[in-house]
Amino acid sequence: MKVLVPVKRVVDYNVKVRVKSDQTGVDIANVKMSMNPFDEIAVEEAVRLKEKGAVTEVIAVSCGVTACQETLRTAMAIGADRAILVETSEELQPLAVAKLLKALVDKEQPQLVILGKQAIDDDCNQTGQMLAALCDVPQATFASKIEVADGKARVTREVDGGLETLEVSLPAVVTTDLRLNEPRYVTLPNIMKAKKKQLDVLKPEDLGVDVAPRLKTLKVTEPPKRGAGIKVPDVATLVDKLRNEAKVI
Amino acid sequence: MTSLVIAEHDNASIKGATLNTVTAAAACGGEVHVLVAGHNAGAAAEAAGRIAGVAKVIHADAAYFEHGLAENVAAQVLALAGDYSHILFPATASGKNIAPRVAAKLDVAQVSDITRVDGPDTFERPIYAGNAMAVVQSGDSVKVITVRTTGFDAAAASGGSATVQKVDAAPENGKSRFVGQEIAKSDRPELTAAKVIVSGGRALGSSEKFNEVMTPLADKLGAALGASRAAVDAGYAPNDWQVGQTGKIVAPQLYVACGISGAIQHLAGMKDSKVIVAINKDPEAPIFSVADYGLEADLFQAVPELTAKL
Repeated sequence: MKVLVPVKRVVDYNVKVRVKSDQTGVDIANVKMSMNPFDEIAVEEAVRLKEKGAVTEVIAVSCGVTACQETLRTAMAIGADRAILVETSEELQPLAVAKLLKALVDKEQPQLVILGKQAIDDDCNQTGQMLAALCDVPQATFASKIEVADGKARVTREVDGGLETLEVSLPAVVTTDLRLNEPRYVTLPNIMKAKKKQLDVLKPEDLGVDVAPRLKTLKVTEPPKRGAGIKVPDVATLVDKLRNEAKVI
Repeated sequence: MTSLVIAEHDNASIKGATLNTVTAAAACGGEVHVLVAGHNAGAAAEAAGRIAGVAKVIHADAAYFEHGLAENVAAQVLALAGDYSHILFPATASGKNIAPRVAAKLDVAQVSDITRVDGPDTFERPIYAGNAMAVVQSGDSVKVITVRTTGFDAAAASGGSATVQKVDAAPENGKSRFVGQEIAKSDRPELTAAKVIVSGGRALGSSEKFNEVMTPLADKLGAALGASRAAVDAGYAPNDWQVGQTGKIVAPQLYVACGISGAIQHLAGMKDSKVIVAINKDPEAPIFSVADYGLEADLFQAVPELTAKL
Protein backbone atom coordinates (compact mmCIF):
# COMPACT_ATOMS: atom_id res chain seq x y z
CA MET A 1 0.00 0.00 0.00
CA LYS A 2 1.02 3.57 -0.74
CA VAL A 3 1.29 6.35 1.81
CA LEU A 4 1.21 10.04 0.92
CA VAL A 5 2.95 12.42 3.33
CA PRO A 6 2.40 16.16 2.83
CA VAL A 7 5.23 18.30 4.26
CA LYS A 8 5.44 22.06 4.71
CA ARG A 9 8.42 24.38 4.63
CA VAL A 10 8.13 26.77 7.57
CA VAL A 11 10.25 29.19 9.59
CA ASP A 12 12.46 27.06 11.86
CA TYR A 13 10.85 26.53 15.24
CA ASN A 14 13.79 28.13 17.07
CA VAL A 15 13.48 31.43 15.24
CA LYS A 16 11.69 34.25 17.03
CA VAL A 17 9.84 35.95 14.21
CA ARG A 18 9.41 39.70 13.85
CA VAL A 19 6.36 41.51 12.58
CA LYS A 20 7.08 43.82 9.63
CA SER A 21 6.82 47.51 10.47
CA ASP A 22 4.17 48.08 7.78
CA GLN A 23 1.98 45.41 9.47
CA THR A 24 1.56 43.38 6.28
CA GLY A 25 2.99 40.20 7.74
CA VAL A 26 5.92 38.56 9.40
CA ASP A 27 9.45 39.15 8.15
CA ILE A 28 10.66 35.83 6.82
CA ALA A 29 13.37 37.14 4.49
CA ASN A 30 16.74 35.62 5.44
CA VAL A 31 15.43 33.53 8.33
CA LYS A 32 16.17 29.84 8.63
CA MET A 33 13.49 27.59 7.15
CA SER A 34 12.97 23.90 7.95
CA MET A 35 10.44 21.14 7.68
CA ASN A 36 7.44 21.68 9.98
CA PRO A 37 8.23 19.53 13.09
CA PHE A 38 4.90 17.66 12.96
CA ASP A 39 5.57 16.75 9.31
CA GLU A 40 8.93 15.25 10.23
CA ILE A 41 7.04 13.00 12.62
CA ALA A 42 4.62 12.12 9.79
CA VAL A 43 7.45 11.17 7.41
CA GLU A 44 9.15 9.14 10.15
CA GLU A 45 5.93 7.23 10.84
CA ALA A 46 5.38 6.46 7.16
CA VAL A 47 8.95 5.21 6.84
CA ARG A 48 8.58 3.07 9.97
CA LEU A 49 5.40 1.52 8.53
CA LYS A 50 7.39 0.73 5.40
CA GLU A 51 10.19 -0.80 7.44
CA LYS A 52 7.61 -2.99 9.18
CA GLY A 53 6.37 -4.19 5.80
CA ALA A 54 2.91 -2.63 6.10
CA VAL A 55 3.64 -0.08 3.38
CA THR A 56 5.29 -0.43 -0.03
CA GLU A 57 5.82 3.16 -1.11
CA VAL A 58 6.08 6.52 0.67
CA ILE A 59 5.45 9.63 -1.42
CA ALA A 60 6.30 13.04 0.04
CA VAL A 61 4.36 16.07 -1.24
CA SER A 62 4.84 19.76 -0.71
CA CYS A 63 2.97 22.78 -2.03
CA GLY A 64 4.60 26.17 -2.39
CA VAL A 65 7.66 27.94 -3.75
CA THR A 66 10.58 26.28 -5.56
CA ALA A 67 12.61 26.16 -2.33
CA CYS A 68 10.17 23.54 -0.98
CA GLN A 69 12.27 21.08 -2.98
CA GLU A 70 14.78 21.20 -0.10
CA THR A 71 12.04 20.11 2.30
CA LEU A 72 11.14 17.24 -0.03
CA ARG A 73 14.81 16.20 -0.28
CA THR A 74 14.87 16.06 3.53
CA ALA A 75 11.78 13.84 3.49
CA MET A 76 13.49 11.55 0.98
CA ALA A 77 16.64 11.49 3.11
CA ILE A 78 14.50 10.24 6.02
CA GLY A 79 13.24 7.49 3.73
CA ALA A 80 10.45 8.68 1.41
CA ASP A 81 10.74 6.96 -1.98
CA ARG A 82 9.83 9.85 -4.24
CA ALA A 83 8.39 13.34 -4.07
CA ILE A 84 5.96 15.69 -5.75
CA LEU A 85 6.11 19.48 -5.57
CA VAL A 86 3.07 21.51 -6.48
CA GLU A 87 4.84 24.73 -7.32
CA THR A 88 3.23 28.12 -6.90
CA SER A 89 4.31 31.48 -5.55
CA GLU A 90 0.74 32.27 -4.42
CA GLU A 91 -0.09 32.38 -0.71
CA LEU A 92 -1.61 28.99 0.08
CA GLN A 93 -4.28 28.56 2.72
CA PRO A 94 -5.34 25.19 4.20
CA LEU A 95 -8.43 24.82 1.99
CA ALA A 96 -6.35 25.32 -1.17
CA VAL A 97 -3.71 22.85 0.03
CA ALA A 98 -6.41 20.32 0.91
CA LYS A 99 -7.81 20.66 -2.63
CA LEU A 100 -4.36 20.20 -4.19
CA LEU A 101 -3.79 17.14 -2.01
CA LYS A 102 -7.22 15.78 -2.93
CA ALA A 103 -6.24 15.96 -6.61
CA LEU A 104 -3.03 14.09 -5.86
CA VAL A 105 -4.90 11.48 -3.80
CA ASP A 106 -7.19 10.89 -6.79
CA LYS A 107 -4.13 10.43 -8.97
CA GLU A 108 -1.93 8.33 -6.69
CA GLN A 109 -4.65 6.42 -4.80
CA PRO A 110 -2.80 6.08 -1.47
CA GLN A 111 -4.47 4.05 1.30
CA LEU A 112 -3.18 6.38 3.96
CA VAL A 113 -2.31 10.07 4.08
CA ILE A 114 -0.28 11.12 7.11
CA LEU A 115 -0.01 14.84 7.84
CA GLY A 116 1.25 16.86 10.79
CA LYS A 117 -1.50 18.06 13.12
CA GLN A 118 -0.64 21.70 12.52
CA ALA A 119 1.96 23.91 10.92
CA ILE A 120 3.87 26.08 13.37
CA ASP A 121 3.58 29.19 11.18
CA ASP A 122 -0.16 29.67 10.62
CA ASP A 123 -1.10 27.40 13.58
CA CYS A 124 -4.30 26.44 11.70
CA ASN A 125 -4.71 22.71 12.40
CA GLN A 126 -7.10 22.26 9.44
CA THR A 127 -5.52 20.69 6.38
CA GLY A 128 -5.77 17.00 7.37
CA GLN A 129 -9.38 17.27 8.42
CA MET A 130 -10.25 19.22 5.26
CA LEU A 131 -8.54 16.64 3.07
CA ALA A 132 -10.47 13.83 4.79
CA ALA A 133 -13.71 15.70 4.18
CA LEU A 134 -12.96 16.38 0.49
CA CYS A 135 -11.99 12.73 -0.10
CA ASP A 136 -14.94 11.58 2.01
CA VAL A 137 -12.73 9.26 4.06
CA PRO A 138 -12.48 8.90 7.84
CA GLN A 139 -9.94 10.86 9.86
CA ALA A 140 -7.89 10.21 12.96
CA THR A 141 -6.31 13.42 14.20
CA PHE A 142 -3.63 14.05 16.86
CA ALA A 143 -2.32 10.49 16.66
CA SER A 144 0.15 9.19 19.24
CA LYS A 145 0.05 5.59 17.99
CA ILE A 146 -0.84 4.03 14.61
CA GLU A 147 -1.34 0.34 13.82
CA VAL A 148 -2.32 -0.73 10.31
CA ALA A 149 -3.82 -4.17 9.56
CA ASP A 150 -6.57 -5.78 7.48
CA GLY A 151 -7.70 -2.66 5.65
CA LYS A 152 -8.08 -0.75 8.90
CA ALA A 153 -6.00 1.61 10.99
CA ARG A 154 -6.21 1.60 14.77
CA VAL A 155 -5.15 4.99 16.03
CA THR A 156 -4.65 6.29 19.56
CA ARG A 157 -5.39 9.99 19.74
CA GLU A 158 -4.39 12.65 22.24
CA VAL A 159 -7.56 14.35 23.43
CA ASP A 160 -8.32 16.75 26.27
CA GLY A 161 -8.18 14.71 29.44
CA GLY A 162 -6.30 11.70 28.11
CA LEU A 163 -6.20 9.28 25.20
CA GLU A 164 -8.83 7.84 22.87
CA THR A 165 -8.54 4.92 20.46
CA LEU A 166 -10.39 4.81 17.15
CA GLU A 167 -10.56 2.31 14.35
CA VAL A 168 -10.92 3.77 10.86
CA SER A 169 -11.39 1.92 7.61
CA LEU A 170 -8.79 2.59 4.90
CA PRO A 171 -8.32 4.75 2.95
CA ALA A 172 -8.01 7.28 5.76
CA VAL A 173 -6.28 10.48 6.81
CA VAL A 174 -4.18 10.58 9.98
CA THR A 175 -2.55 13.65 11.55
CA THR A 176 0.40 13.31 13.91
CA ASP A 177 0.89 14.57 17.43
CA LEU A 178 4.27 15.19 19.02
CA ARG A 179 4.47 11.92 20.87
CA LEU A 180 3.90 9.61 17.92
CA ASN A 181 7.62 9.05 17.42
CA GLU A 182 11.09 10.54 17.57
CA PRO A 183 12.15 11.43 14.00
CA ARG A 184 15.56 10.06 13.02
CA TYR A 185 18.51 12.22 12.10
CA VAL A 186 19.27 12.17 8.43
CA THR A 187 22.72 10.83 7.63
CA LEU A 188 25.06 12.16 4.99
CA PRO A 189 24.89 9.02 2.78
CA ASN A 190 21.08 9.26 2.86
CA ILE A 191 21.19 12.93 1.94
CA MET A 192 23.35 12.00 -1.05
CA LYS A 193 20.99 9.19 -2.04
CA ALA A 194 17.98 11.49 -1.71
CA LYS A 195 19.45 13.73 -4.41
CA LYS A 196 19.00 10.91 -6.92
CA LYS A 197 15.39 10.13 -6.04
CA GLN A 198 12.55 11.20 -8.31
CA LEU A 199 11.01 14.63 -7.69
CA ASP A 200 8.14 15.63 -9.98
CA VAL A 201 7.05 19.25 -10.24
CA LEU A 202 3.44 20.18 -11.04
CA LYS A 203 1.48 23.41 -11.11
CA PRO A 204 -1.90 23.96 -9.45
CA GLU A 205 -3.35 24.43 -12.96
CA ASP A 206 -2.20 20.91 -13.92
CA LEU A 207 -4.40 19.64 -11.09
CA GLY A 208 -7.26 21.96 -11.98
CA VAL A 209 -7.30 23.64 -8.57
CA ASP A 210 -7.98 27.30 -7.86
CA VAL A 211 -5.67 28.27 -5.02
CA ALA A 212 -6.75 31.89 -4.55
CA PRO A 213 -6.77 32.77 -0.83
CA ARG A 214 -10.21 32.91 0.76
CA LEU A 215 -9.24 34.75 3.91
CA LYS A 216 -7.82 38.22 3.56
CA THR A 217 -5.19 39.27 6.09
CA LEU A 218 -5.94 42.89 6.94
CA LYS A 219 -2.97 43.40 9.23
CA VAL A 220 -0.45 41.63 11.37
CA THR A 221 0.65 43.20 14.64
CA GLU A 222 2.91 42.48 17.58
CA PRO A 223 1.11 40.88 20.49
CA PRO A 224 0.70 43.16 23.52
CA LYS A 225 3.92 43.33 25.51
CA ARG A 226 3.91 42.37 29.16
CA GLY A 227 5.11 45.05 31.57
CA ALA A 228 8.55 44.36 32.99
CA GLY A 229 8.44 42.25 36.08
CA ILE A 230 10.65 42.29 39.13
CA LYS A 231 12.94 39.77 40.74
CA VAL A 232 12.24 39.01 44.37
CA PRO A 233 15.05 38.04 46.73
CA ASP A 234 13.29 35.28 48.67
CA VAL A 235 10.14 33.23 49.12
CA ALA A 236 8.79 35.45 51.91
CA THR A 237 8.87 38.51 49.65
CA LEU A 238 7.23 36.52 46.87
CA VAL A 239 4.35 35.47 49.12
CA ASP A 240 3.98 39.03 50.38
CA LYS A 241 3.86 40.43 46.82
CA LEU A 242 1.33 37.86 45.67
CA ARG A 243 -0.89 38.55 48.68
CA ASN A 244 -0.69 42.30 48.94
CA GLU A 245 0.40 43.64 45.57
CA ALA A 246 -1.04 41.26 42.96
CA LYS A 247 -3.81 40.03 45.30
CA VAL A 248 -4.04 36.67 43.56
CA ILE A 249 -3.77 34.38 46.59
CA MET B 1 -27.80 36.50 10.70
CA THR B 2 -27.75 33.65 13.19
CA SER B 3 -24.87 31.77 14.82
CA LEU B 4 -24.69 28.09 15.62
CA VAL B 5 -22.47 27.00 18.49
CA ILE B 6 -21.49 23.34 18.59
CA ALA B 7 -21.66 22.41 22.27
CA GLU B 8 -18.88 20.43 23.87
CA HIS B 9 -20.47 18.09 26.36
CA ASP B 10 -20.14 14.68 27.98
CA ASN B 11 -23.82 13.80 27.35
CA ALA B 12 -24.70 14.74 30.95
CA SER B 13 -23.41 18.28 31.23
CA ILE B 14 -22.06 21.10 29.12
CA LYS B 15 -18.31 21.70 29.24
CA GLY B 16 -17.00 25.13 30.19
CA ALA B 17 -15.46 25.83 26.78
CA THR B 18 -18.98 26.03 25.33
CA LEU B 19 -19.74 29.07 27.50
CA ASN B 20 -16.81 31.08 26.12
CA THR B 21 -17.83 30.10 22.60
CA VAL B 22 -21.38 31.41 23.20
CA THR B 23 -19.87 34.79 24.15
CA ALA B 24 -17.87 34.86 20.91
CA ALA B 25 -20.98 33.90 18.94
CA ALA B 26 -22.96 36.72 20.51
CA ALA B 27 -20.18 39.13 19.48
CA CYS B 28 -20.72 38.11 15.84
CA GLY B 29 -24.23 39.62 16.09
CA GLY B 30 -27.64 38.03 15.71
CA GLU B 31 -29.25 35.14 17.56
CA VAL B 32 -27.22 32.33 19.10
CA HIS B 33 -28.35 28.72 18.72
CA VAL B 34 -26.58 25.75 20.29
CA LEU B 35 -26.34 22.26 18.83
CA VAL B 36 -26.13 19.36 21.25
CA ALA B 37 -25.42 16.19 19.28
CA GLY B 38 -25.09 13.28 21.66
CA HIS B 39 -26.48 10.06 23.02
CA ASN B 40 -29.01 10.30 25.84
CA ALA B 41 -27.87 13.87 26.16
CA GLY B 42 -31.18 15.38 27.28
CA ALA B 43 -29.58 16.75 30.44
CA ALA B 44 -26.83 18.44 28.43
CA ALA B 45 -29.40 19.96 26.06
CA GLU B 46 -31.38 21.35 29.01
CA ALA B 47 -28.20 22.78 30.51
CA ALA B 48 -27.43 24.41 27.15
CA GLY B 49 -30.87 26.03 27.24
CA ARG B 50 -30.07 27.69 30.55
CA ILE B 51 -26.96 29.47 29.20
CA ALA B 52 -27.59 33.21 29.14
CA GLY B 53 -27.90 34.58 25.61
CA VAL B 54 -28.88 31.33 23.91
CA ALA B 55 -32.11 31.63 21.89
CA LYS B 56 -32.57 28.01 20.86
CA VAL B 57 -31.06 24.60 21.50
CA ILE B 58 -31.06 21.98 18.79
CA HIS B 59 -30.83 18.49 20.15
CA ALA B 60 -29.90 15.54 17.94
CA ASP B 61 -29.79 12.15 19.62
CA ALA B 62 -28.24 8.98 18.24
CA ALA B 63 -26.06 6.22 19.69
CA TYR B 64 -23.32 7.04 17.18
CA PHE B 65 -22.96 10.58 18.57
CA GLU B 66 -21.90 9.23 21.96
CA HIS B 67 -18.16 9.71 21.49
CA GLY B 68 -18.34 12.71 19.17
CA LEU B 69 -16.72 11.08 16.12
CA ALA B 70 -15.83 13.80 13.62
CA GLU B 71 -17.51 12.12 10.62
CA ASN B 72 -20.89 11.81 12.34
CA VAL B 73 -20.97 15.15 14.14
CA ALA B 74 -19.81 17.00 11.00
CA ALA B 75 -22.68 15.40 9.05
CA GLN B 76 -25.13 16.66 11.68
CA VAL B 77 -23.73 20.19 11.53
CA LEU B 78 -23.87 20.14 7.72
CA ALA B 79 -27.53 19.12 7.83
CA LEU B 80 -28.25 22.35 9.73
CA ALA B 81 -25.65 24.65 8.17
CA GLY B 82 -28.00 26.20 5.60
CA ASP B 83 -29.71 28.34 8.25
CA TYR B 84 -26.61 29.93 9.71
CA SER B 85 -24.17 32.72 8.92
CA HIS B 86 -21.65 31.66 11.58
CA ILE B 87 -20.78 28.19 12.88
CA LEU B 88 -18.57 28.24 15.95
CA PHE B 89 -16.72 25.50 17.80
CA PRO B 90 -14.60 25.81 20.91
CA ALA B 91 -10.91 25.38 19.97
CA THR B 92 -10.63 22.19 22.01
CA ALA B 93 -9.39 18.81 20.76
CA SER B 94 -12.95 18.03 19.74
CA GLY B 95 -13.74 21.36 18.06
CA LYS B 96 -10.46 21.40 16.14
CA ASN B 97 -11.17 17.87 14.98
CA ILE B 98 -14.61 18.60 13.54
CA ALA B 99 -14.67 22.24 12.38
CA PRO B 100 -12.33 21.93 9.35
CA ARG B 101 -14.34 18.93 8.15
CA VAL B 102 -17.46 21.09 8.14
CA ALA B 103 -15.69 24.01 6.47
CA ALA B 104 -14.26 21.89 3.65
CA LYS B 105 -17.67 20.34 2.90
CA LEU B 106 -19.16 23.83 2.73
CA ASP B 107 -16.20 24.93 0.56
CA VAL B 108 -15.33 27.80 2.90
CA ALA B 109 -12.12 28.74 4.68
CA GLN B 110 -12.05 28.09 8.42
CA VAL B 111 -10.79 30.65 10.90
CA SER B 112 -8.85 28.92 13.68
CA ASP B 113 -8.49 29.91 17.29
CA ILE B 114 -9.93 33.42 17.18
CA THR B 115 -9.15 35.67 20.15
CA ARG B 116 -11.35 38.64 19.21
CA VAL B 117 -14.34 39.44 17.02
CA ASP B 118 -13.83 42.76 15.20
CA GLY B 119 -16.98 42.47 13.10
CA PRO B 120 -19.27 39.84 11.63
CA ASP B 121 -16.58 38.89 9.08
CA THR B 122 -13.38 40.13 10.75
CA PHE B 123 -11.51 38.25 13.42
CA GLU B 124 -8.20 38.37 15.24
CA ARG B 125 -6.10 35.25 15.68
CA PRO B 126 -2.57 34.51 16.85
CA ILE B 127 -0.01 33.06 14.43
CA TYR B 128 3.61 31.89 14.85
CA ALA B 129 3.04 30.54 18.36
CA GLY B 130 1.42 33.77 19.45
CA ASN B 131 4.38 35.93 18.35
CA ALA B 132 2.14 37.83 15.95
CA MET B 133 -1.56 38.64 15.84
CA ALA B 134 -3.32 38.56 12.47
CA VAL B 135 -6.60 40.28 11.69
CA VAL B 136 -8.34 38.34 8.94
CA GLN B 137 -11.47 38.97 6.93
CA SER B 138 -13.58 36.18 5.53
CA GLY B 139 -15.47 36.70 2.29
CA ASP B 140 -17.26 33.37 2.56
CA SER B 141 -21.02 33.18 3.00
CA VAL B 142 -20.71 31.01 6.11
CA LYS B 143 -18.00 31.64 8.66
CA VAL B 144 -16.71 28.46 10.26
CA ILE B 145 -14.71 29.39 13.34
CA THR B 146 -12.93 27.83 16.29
CA VAL B 147 -12.80 30.01 19.39
CA ARG B 148 -9.83 30.25 21.73
CA THR B 149 -11.65 30.03 25.03
CA THR B 150 -9.16 32.16 26.96
CA GLY B 151 -9.91 35.03 24.57
CA PHE B 152 -13.55 35.37 25.67
CA ASP B 153 -15.36 35.52 29.01
CA ALA B 154 -17.66 32.63 29.85
CA ALA B 155 -21.38 33.26 29.34
CA ALA B 156 -23.43 32.74 32.51
CA ALA B 157 -24.45 29.09 32.79
CA SER B 158 -27.87 30.07 34.13
CA GLY B 159 -30.47 32.72 33.45
CA GLY B 160 -31.34 31.64 29.94
CA SER B 161 -34.58 29.94 28.98
CA ALA B 162 -34.10 28.71 25.45
CA THR B 163 -36.45 26.21 23.89
CA VAL B 164 -35.03 22.79 23.11
CA GLN B 165 -35.92 21.59 19.65
CA LYS B 166 -35.38 17.93 18.78
CA VAL B 167 -34.18 17.18 15.26
CA ASP B 168 -33.63 13.94 13.40
CA ALA B 169 -30.10 12.67 13.59
CA ALA B 170 -28.05 12.75 10.39
CA PRO B 171 -27.27 9.22 9.16
CA GLU B 172 -24.24 7.40 10.52
CA ASN B 173 -21.04 7.54 8.47
CA GLY B 174 -19.85 4.10 9.58
CA LYS B 175 -16.24 4.44 8.46
CA SER B 176 -14.84 5.01 11.93
CA ARG B 177 -15.44 3.32 15.24
CA PHE B 178 -14.70 4.27 18.84
CA VAL B 179 -12.62 1.57 20.50
CA GLY B 180 -11.83 2.90 23.96
CA GLN B 181 -10.36 5.68 26.02
CA GLU B 182 -8.05 6.31 28.91
CA ILE B 183 -9.14 9.44 30.67
CA ALA B 184 -6.85 10.60 33.47
CA LYS B 185 -8.86 10.89 36.69
CA SER B 186 -8.32 14.05 38.64
CA ASP B 187 -10.01 15.92 41.47
CA ARG B 188 -8.22 19.07 40.49
CA PRO B 189 -9.76 21.92 38.52
CA GLU B 190 -9.62 21.45 34.76
CA LEU B 191 -6.38 22.93 33.39
CA THR B 192 -7.96 25.26 30.85
CA ALA B 193 -10.51 26.61 33.33
CA ALA B 194 -8.34 26.83 36.47
CA LYS B 195 -7.84 30.16 38.23
CA VAL B 196 -4.41 29.09 39.43
CA ILE B 197 -1.95 26.78 37.65
CA VAL B 198 1.34 25.49 38.95
CA SER B 199 3.51 24.09 36.24
CA GLY B 200 6.71 22.06 36.34
CA GLY B 201 9.51 21.55 33.85
CA ARG B 202 12.44 19.31 33.12
CA ALA B 203 14.34 20.55 36.19
CA LEU B 204 12.11 18.39 38.42
CA GLY B 205 14.09 15.36 37.25
CA SER B 206 11.55 12.55 37.76
CA SER B 207 7.86 11.89 38.10
CA GLU B 208 8.34 11.10 41.81
CA LYS B 209 9.96 14.49 42.38
CA PHE B 210 7.25 16.12 40.29
CA ASN B 211 4.58 14.69 42.56
CA GLU B 212 6.54 15.29 45.73
CA VAL B 213 7.34 18.93 45.03
CA MET B 214 4.49 20.21 42.82
CA THR B 215 1.43 18.42 44.20
CA PRO B 216 1.50 19.96 47.72
CA LEU B 217 1.82 23.44 46.20
CA ALA B 218 -1.11 22.78 43.86
CA ASP B 219 -3.15 21.43 46.80
CA LYS B 220 -2.39 24.53 48.89
CA LEU B 221 -3.46 26.87 46.09
CA GLY B 222 -6.38 24.77 44.83
CA ALA B 223 -4.55 24.86 41.53
CA ALA B 224 -4.43 22.72 38.42
CA LEU B 225 -1.12 21.10 37.53
CA GLY B 226 0.57 21.85 34.23
CA ALA B 227 3.85 20.89 32.65
CA SER B 228 6.27 21.88 29.92
CA ARG B 229 6.79 19.66 26.90
CA ALA B 230 10.20 18.64 28.26
CA ALA B 231 8.59 17.34 31.46
CA VAL B 232 5.88 15.51 29.51
CA ASP B 233 8.30 13.95 27.02
CA ALA B 234 10.51 12.77 29.88
CA GLY B 235 7.47 11.09 31.43
CA TYR B 236 7.31 13.26 34.56
CA ALA B 237 3.73 14.31 33.83
CA PRO B 238 0.88 13.04 31.62
CA ASN B 239 0.46 14.39 28.06
CA ASP B 240 -2.72 16.29 28.71
CA TRP B 241 -0.96 18.51 31.26
CA GLN B 242 1.19 20.04 28.56
CA VAL B 243 0.88 23.80 28.31
CA GLY B 244 2.05 25.45 25.10
CA GLN B 245 1.57 25.97 21.37
CA THR B 246 0.81 22.32 20.82
CA GLY B 247 -0.73 21.58 24.20
CA LYS B 248 -3.29 23.55 26.18
CA ILE B 249 -3.61 27.31 25.97
CA VAL B 250 -4.29 28.72 29.42
CA ALA B 251 -4.81 32.17 30.92
CA PRO B 252 -5.30 31.80 34.67
CA GLN B 253 -5.15 34.53 37.31
CA LEU B 254 -1.87 33.09 38.56
CA TYR B 255 0.62 30.87 36.71
CA VAL B 256 3.58 29.55 38.68
CA ALA B 257 6.34 28.16 36.43
CA CYS B 258 8.82 26.01 38.33
CA GLY B 259 11.98 24.82 36.61
CA ILE B 260 10.68 25.88 33.17
CA SER B 261 13.14 27.76 30.97
CA GLY B 262 10.42 29.45 28.91
CA ALA B 263 10.85 28.33 25.30
CA ILE B 264 8.76 30.18 22.67
CA GLN B 265 6.48 27.17 22.38
CA HIS B 266 5.73 27.11 26.12
CA LEU B 267 5.20 30.87 26.38
CA ALA B 268 2.64 30.59 23.56
CA GLY B 269 0.43 28.63 25.93
CA MET B 270 0.57 30.81 29.06
CA LYS B 271 1.69 34.36 28.35
CA ASP B 272 -1.83 35.73 28.66
CA SER B 273 -1.95 34.72 32.33
CA LYS B 274 -2.72 37.66 34.60
CA VAL B 275 0.20 37.15 36.97
CA ILE B 276 3.19 34.97 36.14
CA VAL B 277 5.63 33.76 38.77
CA ALA B 278 8.86 32.06 37.72
CA ILE B 279 11.07 30.01 39.99
CA ASN B 280 14.29 29.05 38.25
CA LYS B 281 17.92 28.86 39.22
CA ASP B 282 19.19 30.06 35.84
CA PRO B 283 19.15 33.89 35.89
CA GLU B 284 19.28 33.92 32.07
CA ALA B 285 16.16 31.75 31.61
CA PRO B 286 13.80 33.43 29.11
CA ILE B 287 10.85 32.80 31.45
CA PHE B 288 12.07 35.77 33.54
CA SER B 289 11.32 38.11 30.63
CA VAL B 290 7.57 37.47 30.96
CA ALA B 291 7.38 36.84 34.72
CA ASP B 292 5.82 39.50 36.94
CA TYR B 293 7.67 38.04 39.90
CA GLY B 294 10.84 36.08 39.38
CA LEU B 295 12.64 34.14 42.07
CA GLU B 296 16.13 32.97 41.24
CA ALA B 297 16.42 29.87 43.41
CA ASP B 298 16.64 26.10 43.45
CA LEU B 299 13.06 24.91 43.12
CA PHE B 300 13.65 21.94 45.42
CA GLN B 301 14.14 24.42 48.28
CA ALA B 302 11.97 27.31 47.13
CA VAL B 303 8.80 25.38 46.24
CA PRO B 304 8.44 23.52 49.58
CA GLU B 305 9.21 26.78 51.37
CA LEU B 306 6.55 28.54 49.32
CA THR B 307 4.07 25.75 50.09
CA ALA B 308 4.81 26.09 53.80
CA LYS B 309 4.34 29.87 53.80
CA LEU B 310 0.95 29.86 52.10
